[in-house]
Amino acid sequence: MQAFKLSARGAVLAALLVAGAAQAGTVTIESWRVDDKTLWEEVLIPAFQKKNPGIQVKFAPTAPTEYDSSLTARLTGGTAGDLITCRPFDKSLDLFKKGQLEKLDGKAGMENFPASAKVAWQTDDGKDTYCMPMASVIHGFFYNKKIFKDLNLKEPKTQAEFFAVLEALKKGGKTPIALGTADQWESNQIVFTNIGPNYWKGEEGRKALIAGKAKFTDPQFVAAWDQISKWTPYLSKGASAQTYADSQNLFAMGKAGIYPAGSWDIAYFNQQGLDFGAFPPPVAKAGDKCQISDHTDIGMGVNPKAKNKADAYKFLTWLGSQEFADLYTNKVTGFFSLSNHLISVKDPVAKQMIDWRKTCGSTIRLNAQIMNRGEPAMENELWNVSSQVLNGKMAPKDAAAQIQTGFAKWYKPQQK
Amino acid sequence: MKRMPWHIAVFLAPAVLIYSVFSAMPLLDTLRLGFFTTNDAGHYSFVGLANYSTILTDPAWSASFWNAMWNNCKFFVIHLLIQNPIGLLLATLLSLKNLKGARHYRTMIFLPTLLSVVIIGFIWQLILSPLWGVSEGLMGKIGLADYFAPWLGQESSALITLALISVWQFVGIPMMLIYAALLAVPEDIVEAAHVEGASAWRIFWEIKLPLILPTLGLVTILTFVGNFNAFDLIYSVKGAIAGPNYSTDILGTLFYRTFFGYQSQIGSPTMGAAVATLMFLVILAGVGTYFYFVQRKLTRYEL
Repeated sequence: MQAFKLSARGAVLAALLVAGAAQAGTVTIESWRVDDKTLWEEVLIPAFQKKNPGIQVKFAPTAPTEYDSSLTARLTGGTAGDLITCRPFDKSLDLFKKGQLEKLDGKAGMENFPASAKVAWQTDDGKDTYCMPMASVIHGFFYNKKIFKDLNLKEPKTQAEFFAVLEALKKGGKTPIALGTADQWESNQIVFTNIGPNYWKGEEGRKALIAGKAKFTDPQFVAAWDQISKWTPYLSKGASAQTYADSQNLFAMGKAGIYPAGSWDIAYFNQQGLDFGAFPPPVAKAGDKCQISDHTDIGMGVNPKAKNKADAYKFLTWLGSQEFADLYTNKVTGFFSLSNHLISVKDPVAKQMIDWRKTCGSTIRLNAQIMNRGEPAMENELWNVSSQVLNGKMAPKDAAAQIQTGFAKWYKPQQK
Repeated sequence: MKRMPWHIAVFLAPAVLIYSVFSAMPLLDTLRLGFFTTNDAGHYSFVGLANYSTILTDPAWSASFWNAMWNNCKFFVIHLLIQNPIGLLLATLLSLKNLKGARHYRTMIFLPTLLSVVIIGFIWQLILSPLWGVSEGLMGKIGLADYFAPWLGQESSALITLALISVWQFVGIPMMLIYAALLAVPEDIVEAAHVEGASAWRIFWEIKLPLILPTLGLVTILTFVGNFNAFDLIYSVKGAIAGPNYSTDILGTLFYRTFFGYQSQIGSPTMGAAVATLMFLVILAGVGTYFYFVQRKLTRYEL
């Protein structure tokens, strides 16, 4: 025990020394992408250093669930890193308003991004931009190619075909949809806001809600929950206690036919050696214009109290370059660069997903902008009600009513 | 002239310093922070009791506050009714003179207490998983497969399941405390009773139990404080929105969501401080009531 205590103390001391050493002349990046640590250290940072010799860069991620709180604490305490990975919309806007992110308008590299990509990191009036857009994630469905071949199934295009496929998978003895509600977030982020845009016409529906011209209780929104409620019989038994990792395993092991997905999952299933394809959320009837959730997810900003601001800006300039866009899109499979550069996507599934942008309308997650601002927090509410609809515990129209009531409570345009 | 007793101050200093810096000051600062609010730019302004009136009267807040409070009470009652009697039973069995391997049992029962809650949560989630868990198979072997359900995923059973997991983990602590108290019961009293012809059952009820009552009281109050501060197990198994439908939400998770924020909910330190203060008051009231009505009336036997 004594020996353990001593060694623990030694470790703490060593960590402090390392942290102290890392501060002098090093650019530190704050991020929640723990999964990408190796990639940053072995691919991205060396590529940057080749162009900018002598600048030390340290990638220091925190677990996603703890990122926002620990970052806020460190920014307030003045110990945060030089570069801050930005969540989209309100979380970052909140930091900017508190003066914890630098204004980036006109900085080198920013010219390479389209206006639509910058929206996630701008003030409401669009005057100030405070993070450089890095990547978006696209939502859709993955399917197991072998199971589809064995059961003689095709990628469903319409909602009727989708349910026919589910029925066939069930008859074929497979779990039709690998999805659980124990962690709740999937119910909103990769179910409701994934299939929904086809019903509410993507951006049109989203903007109508913000403008107060539509309500969640309108048919186009209730219909999305309606479809979700029809999924219940196609989930595994006990889906209410099934976690995200459980669903991933179920699909990776070839026990389930379809997996409602975010593109970030591509890398994981590639590692598992699974043969899979992707299809966009099915439309109501053949020939309808499809809508996809193409969510601006990750950006990068500069800490105003950075110890190494000049080097941080050099790094940011490089983040806006073609080289970074290419490396990020092709090495961090499933995250798509938001820059104007022409990039050829090598991974077949990733390419399939990014190609949807050509035929489908793109929108972000329904509630990401403005709607998350009040009390009750709409994101958390959506997790809750959509999970309950999936569990068969709540009727679609009740889900819609609950969200609408919460929204109207604090949002002026919805109170008319 | 007497010299100043400097040594007393010197010896007290470390404890007083550490306690005030890490315990008393943060507590006082939390109480203070609960009276403030922040605006968009992060500036604080004094609002008096407004945060408390929001939590207790605004339906959006009070519903979740009272839900968390009620769940917390259930969480505590399950511990009280299951953990402590089992602890007492185990301690009594362990203190039996001719029990073989008592040390091994003691160690094994105490072991989960030392494990990280995150590991406990993860293991139990796997054991109870409807996909790969062993529970369904084991229940099938004794013909109970039909009674298996995804306990952690149902509103009706999730909180009870979590409470039982916590009981499983922490039953070692009351067991050890009671065990120590039982060992302190003087041999000669027990022997005298034995000679007088009292049965083991009667010795337990009429001699040992009254002697360890103060320890049972202590265990109860420790459980109360621990449960009303609980957070980690729920957070590691169900996340901070404590689903399904907030059925596992307790004051600790409500505080976390409010103070730090969760996902896109932006945290509010001042509202969080108000929730924390309410938690503190609940615990204070509980402990106060206990000392006033129970602890004072306990008879302590001079041995």
